[in-house]
Amino acid sequence: MKKTKVEKAAASSLAKRNLQKFLNNKLAVVGAVVLLLIVLLSVCAPLLTPYDPLYIDVSQKGLPMSQEHPLGTDRVGRDVLARILYGGRMTILIGVVSALGATLLGAVLGCVSGYYGGKIDKVLVYISELFQCFPQYLLILLLVGLVGQSTRNLLVIFIATGWTGMMRIVRTRVMSLKEEPFVESCRANGIRGLSIMFHHMLPNTLGPVIVNATLQVAGYILSEASLSFLGMGVPDDVVTWGNILNAAKRLDIIQTMPVLWIAPGLAIALVVLSINFFGDGLRDVLDPSSL
Amino acid sequence: MTRDDIVLEVKDLKTRFKVGKKIVNAVNGATFSLKRGKTLCIVGESGCGKSVTAHSILQLLPPVGYIEGGEVLYTPHTGDRPKSLSSMKRSGRAIRSIRGKEISMIFQDPMSTLNPVYTIGNQIMENLRHHEKISKAEARERIVRLLTELGIPEADRRFDEYPHQFSGGMKQRVMIAIAMICNPNILIADEPTTALDVTIQAQILELMQKMQQEHGTSVILITHNMGIVAEVADDVAVMYMGRVVEFGSLRQIFTNPKHPYTRALMRSVPVLGMDRSQELASIAGSTPDASTVFTGCEFANRCVHATDRCRNHFPEDREVEDGHRVRCFLYEEEMKQ
Amino acid sequence: MSEKKAILTLEHVSKEYTGSAKLFKKAPPSVKAVSDVSFSVNEGETFGIVGESGCGKTTLGKCIVRLHPPTAGKMWYDDDGRKLDLMQLDQDESFRLRQKLQIIFQDPYASLNPMHNILEAFDEPLRVHKLGSREQRREKIAEMLREVNLQPDYMYRYPGEFSGGQRQRICIAKALAMQPRLIVCDEPVSALDVSIQAQIMNLMRRLQRDYKLTYVFIAHDLSVVQYMSDRIAVMYLGKVVEISKSEGLHTDYKHPYTESLLSAVPIPIYGQKQKRIILEGDVPSPLHPPAGCKFHPRCRRCMEVCRHVEPTLRPVGTDGHMVACHLYHEPEEIPPKNE
Repeated sequence: MKKTKVEKAAASSLAKRNLQKFLNNKLAVVGAVVLLLIVLLSVCAPLLTPYDPLYIDVSQKGLPMSQEHPLGTDRVGRDVLARILYGGRMTILIGVVSALGATLLGAVLGCVSGYYGGKIDKVLVYISELFQCFPQYLLILLLVGLVGQSTRNLLVIFIATGWTGMMRIVRTRVMSLKEEPFVESCRANGIRGLSIMFHHMLPNTLGPVIVNATLQVAGYILSEASLSFLGMGVPDDVVTWGNILNAAKRLDIIQTMPVLWIAPGLAIALVVLSINFFGDGLRDVLDPSSL
Repeated sequence: MTRDDIVLEVKDLKTRFKVGKKIVNAVNGATFSLKRGKTLCIVGESGCGKSVTAHSILQLLPPVGYIEGGEVLYTPHTGDRPKSLSSMKRSGRAIRSIRGKEISMIFQDPMSTLNPVYTIGNQIMENLRHHEKISKAEARERIVRLLTELGIPEADRRFDEYPHQFSGGMKQRVMIAIAMICNPNILIADEPTTALDVTIQAQILELMQKMQQEHGTSVILITHNMGIVAEVADDVAVMYMGRVVEFGSLRQIFTNPKHPYTRALMRSVPVLGMDRSQELASIAGSTPDASTVFTGCEFANRCVHATDRCRNHFPEDREVEDGHRVRCFLYEEEMKQ
Repeated sequence: MSEKKAILTLEHVSKEYTGSAKLFKKAPPSVKAVSDVSFSVNEGETFGIVGESGCGKTTLGKCIVRLHPPTAGKMWYDDDGRKLDLMQLDQDESFRLRQKLQIIFQDPYASLNPMHNILEAFDEPLRVHKLGSREQRREKIAEMLREVNLQPDYMYRYPGEFSGGQRQRICIAKALAMQPRLIVCDEPVSALDVSIQAQIMNLMRRLQRDYKLTYVFIAHDLSVVQYMSDRIAVMYLGKVVEISKSEGLHTDYKHPYTESLLSAVPIPIYGQKQKRIILEGDVPSPLHPPAGCKFHPRCRRCMEVCRHVEPTLRPVGTDGHMVACHLYHEPEEIPPKNE
C-alpha cells in the first residue's frame, strides 16, 4: 500500500511520542548509547587496532600496558585490546542470533499453541515444561558434549533450549487475544486462521516479545561467557569474551596480569547492563498501559 | 431557606491533577449544597468530574491530585459551627476521624472494593472498631443486625463467609453495610448500581432509600442515569467538564431545565414506552479532552445557542428561581427583569 | 403492512458448553447458555433481545453469526428465496454467507485491532470476500466513513486516536461496508455516554432505513431496546420467556419476569415513580438451573406446576405475542410424580 501524506504524518506523530517516552528514561538512553558504542567499537575493530587477535607472537608475551599495546599482551603474545574488540563481534553475534532464533521459534509455536488449543497446545506445553524442569546448563553441557564444540552447534543448542519462555509469553497473550472482539470479528468474517494468527494477533504481542528478546540477548551473552569459561563453549580458535576469560583462569595470571580477566569481565558486565537498561526503556515505550 | 438545614456545602471547588507536565482541571468550580436527610444527585457523563468531586469532599485523591481552591463546609449537627473539610490536612487525624464514620463512601464496583482474603464480617468490623471502642462480640451483634436489616438472609452465618461466596448484589449490600455501620451523617455513593443488573439495581436503590429514611442519613448519589435521578433525588447537580452547570430541586431540573446541556441530556435518553417514530435529541460532537483549556463556556462548542460571548467569557452562576442556579448567558436577561 | 418475510428463523437452538475431564479432575458440569430458543426475524425489522447478565443473549447473538456454533437446533437463513440451514452449509456457502451476517460488539475499544489503521481494518474482510478492486474498495471505505459522519481521510488513522463514540461509528461502518443483510448488534451503545448513545441510535436507525437492514439488537437496557426494536424477545437463564411487539410491551406484558423487569427500569420523568415489583434474590447460577420453570424461585405468582414442568413458548392473543408461562397455558405434559 502506498503511504499518503496523512498516513505518514500519523505514523510519525506516534513515533515521536514513543521516542519522547524513551528519552524520558535517562537510564535507558545511557544503556542505548553505551550499547551502540560497544557494537560500533566491535564492528570497527580492524580500524582501531593493527593486530590480529589470533596472531601468536611469543616474543611479545606478557607485556604490560604501553603505547603499542594499550592493554598489554597475553601470555602467548596476543594483543589484549584486539582480542577484546574482535571478541565483542562474536560474543554479541552469538547473543543476538540465538535470541532472535529462540524468539522466532517461541513466538510461532506460542501463536499456534494459543490459537488452536486442544491437542497441539497440550503437546507443546508438555514439551516446554520438559525443557523448563531440566537444569538448563546441564542440558546445554550435555548437548555440547554430544554434538561437539562449534559456533554453529552452540547457536542451535541455545535456540533449541531457549524458546520455551517466549512460547509461554506469546501463548498466554494469544489466548487472551482470542476472546477480543476484534479477533472475533475477523472470525465472523471468515478470515483464515493463519491470517488471524500472524496478521492480527502476533503484532499485538510484539511489545513483550521485543522486550524479552532484548533481555534474552543479555542472557545468551552471559551463557556463552560461562560456557566458554568452562571450556564447553565455542572452540578456542574463535575469539569471544568468554574464551578470553577462559585463557585467563590460571592463578598466576589472575594475580600477575589482572587486565586479562578484568577487561573481558568488564566488557561483559557493561554490555549486559546496558542491554538490560535499554530493554527496560523499551518496555516503557511498548507497553500500552504505561503513560 | 435557613442555612441550618444544610449539612454539606461545597463552594467553588477546584481540583487539579498534575499528569506529567500537564495540569488537568478535573473539577473546575463545583458549587452545591446537601440538605440534611435529603438526597442530592450529581449527574453527568464520564469524565465530567462527578467522581472526583465526591472524592475531593473527603480528600481521597491520588497523589497527583490536589484541591486548588474552594471550600467544603460540613455541619455535623444542626446549629454546629461548620467545619471546613477542605482545609484539613490531607491524611491528618481530623479528616480520618470523619472518613468512614461521619461521611462514608460506596463505590461503583463491589467486586473489587472488597478484599477477597478477609471474611465480610471482618471487613465491616474493621471499620466499626476503627471508629468506636466496642468489644468484638458487641460489634458482631451489631453487624449481624445491620446485615439482616439490609436483606442478607442468614446474616449470622454469612458473617464468616468470603466475598467470592456473595453475588454482585449481595456484595453491594455488604458495601452499604461497611458504609452504614457507624451510622454516618452523609453517605456518598459513587455509581453504586452501574455494575448491577436492573432488577438488582432496583433492590439496591430501594434498600438505600429505606436506610436513609430509617437513619436520617443525607446521601450524595453520583450517577449518569437520569432515571435513577428522577427516582431518588431531592436535589440535582448537573456537571459538565468539571463544572456544575445547573443546580436545583428535582422538580426544577426535570420540569424546567434551563441549561442547554441539561435539556439535551434529558431529551437524549429513550424513555420506556416513548413514541418510536421520534428521533432522539443528540448532542453534537463529543466530550472534549479533559486537559482542554477553555476560554469560555465549556459547552459552547456543542451548544445550539452558543454565541461569540459564550466562547470567550465564562458565564457566572445565576439564580433563576429560588434555589435554582444556572451557569449560562441565556438567562441573564431573565434575571434583570 | 406488506407481507412479512422471515430472513432468519431459529428452531430449537441450544448452545451447551461442556468441559472435558482432565487428569485428576472430573469434567465440570455442562452449562446450557442458550436452551431451546425458537423465533424468526423478519426482513427489515429490528428484533430486540433483552435480559440480564448471564441470560445467554450474547451467546445467542454469537450463535447467529456462527462465532459459536449452536450445539442443537436449526437456523434457517433466507438467501433470496432459498432456505439454507446455517449449520449445514458446505464451506464455500458458509464463507459466502459470513458476508451477509455481520456483528457489532459492545466494547468499541476492543473491537478494532490497535495495530491496524482503519483502512486495513476495513480492507481485509472486503479483500477476503473479493468485493471489488483496490480502488473500488477504497472508494467504498470512504463512502462508508462519510455515511457515519466521519471524514474519509480518517481511514489512515489508528483506532487509538478516536473516542468511544467515533470508534463505534467506525465499527458500524465496517460492518456496513460488507453489504450485509442482517447485523447482530451486541449491546452497541451500553459502553457509551448518554449523549453519544443517542447519536449512535439515531445513526443506526437512519442506516436501517437507507440500506434496508435487519437488526438483531441485543441489550440489557429495556428503554433502549424498546426504542430500537419492532419486536422484543425477553430472555431469562438461556430461555426466551416472552416475545412481543415492542409497542405496548410496557403495558401489555404477560410473563411475570417481563413485568418485574419493566418495573425495575427507572423512568426519567418527574413525578412518575414506578410501582416496583422487587424480585427476591439473584439470578440462579446457570450451572445449577432450577427444575421446572427457570423463573419459579423468584416468581411471585409461582404455582405448584411451575416447580416441575417447564413451560413452552406458545402464542397468546393475536399478532404473534408469545409467552412461556403456565399462567396462560395448560402444561403440555403431565407433571412427573415426585420420587
